[in-house]
Amino acid sequence: MSNLRRSILFIPGNNPGMLQNADVFDADSVIFDLEDSVSLDEKDSARLLVKEVLDTINFNCEIIVRINPFDTPFYEDDVNLIKNSNANLILLPKASCESVLDLTKRLEATKINIMVLIETAMGVEQVFAILSSSERCKGLMIGGEDLCVDLNCPRTKAGNEIFYARSRLVNCAKALNKFVIDTPFTDTNDEKGLIVDTKFAKSLGFIGKASINPRQIYFINEVFSPTALEIKHAKRIIAAKESALKQGLGVFALDGKMVDLPIIKRAESLLETSRKLGLIKE
Amino acid sequence: MKLLRPSKAGTYESNDIYLMLFPGSSGNKLELESVVYETYGKQIKNVIFTTLEAIGVNNVLVKAIDKGALDFTIKARLKTALKRGGIDV
Repeated sequence: MSNLRRSILFIPGNNPGMLQNADVFDADSVIFDLEDSVSLDEKDSARLLVKEVLDTINFNCEIIVRINPFDTPFYEDDVNLIKNSNANLILLPKASCESVLDLTKRLEATKINIMVLIETAMGVEQVFAILSSSERCKGLMIGGEDLCVDLNCPRTKAGNEIFYARSRLVNCAKALNKFVIDTPFTDTNDEKGLIVDTKFAKSLGFIGKASINPRQIYFINEVFSPTALEIKHAKRIIAAKESALKQGLGVFALDGKMVDLPIIKRAESLLETSRKLGLIKE
Repeated sequence: MKLLRPSKAGTYESNDIYLMLFPGSSGNKLELESVVYETYGKQIKNVIFTTLEAIGVNNVLVKAIDKGALDFTIKARLKTALKRGGIDV
């Protein structure tokens, strides 16, 4: 496991064929979904199947289980079963402070952490409080589709309608040192659109993107992985920093541009990510 | 424990198994169809009977149509069908 979350793949919780092959698609994390991809009369079936899969297979990637929302009759049964599994995270849909606190209490004796799905207008406005409400809450994902239903606006490929929510969520998550994942790009036949949308999410500060189709994983991983050029440049910054230190300089220039602490930190972070991905060996 | 009513679980999709359970009267019985019967028939039967025994179920007739399900899927579908039939699993 790389401990990165560049790509997070949704897998329907009632599909044994996809569940048993969950870690072959090269996604950094997978979400076993008990919510939207499972019909109301199969919730019990999916819940037991996901539990058996988790009890049986030791997956080579992070496992997240999306349970049903707090205000549904399925929530309690989902939590009671999944809290005794080896899932890494529970994804809580339509999260609120109340639901995060309830889930935190129920997970008390476990090692499972919480990731919140922010997909309502209220959730967007309360995200700082939601993320702060529990130590177990490690990060968030924005749910663009449901958010647009709540906003009563069409969901477009350009994504102008969720720009405010994306920006606000990134800022709150970074302020609290939590991870932040972008919403899926739902047109699985539009690779160019996916790349544009993923690059835009990265430019806003998202560390990864959710996906609803294995075919999207390669493109998402590509966008969120450092390029050879970026690695080369980061290495030069670190080398220049070491040289400047020897000379007793705090600030120095590289290629005519000033290099200070934030740029050094970014270069170190990029090299750390590259090491985790095996892109450099040192 | 006894099955209170007929129940079913699973699908006919690849990697899955479709199970129908009926209350019986003379021990646990199994009627199995499988696309991999020759190779894995014994193993499928073993998983079903072992799971029934572990849960403490007796006198149930299981009709199974297997499409290449792995053990954990068979167990999960069987537990679902039992639950739907009124047994606490």
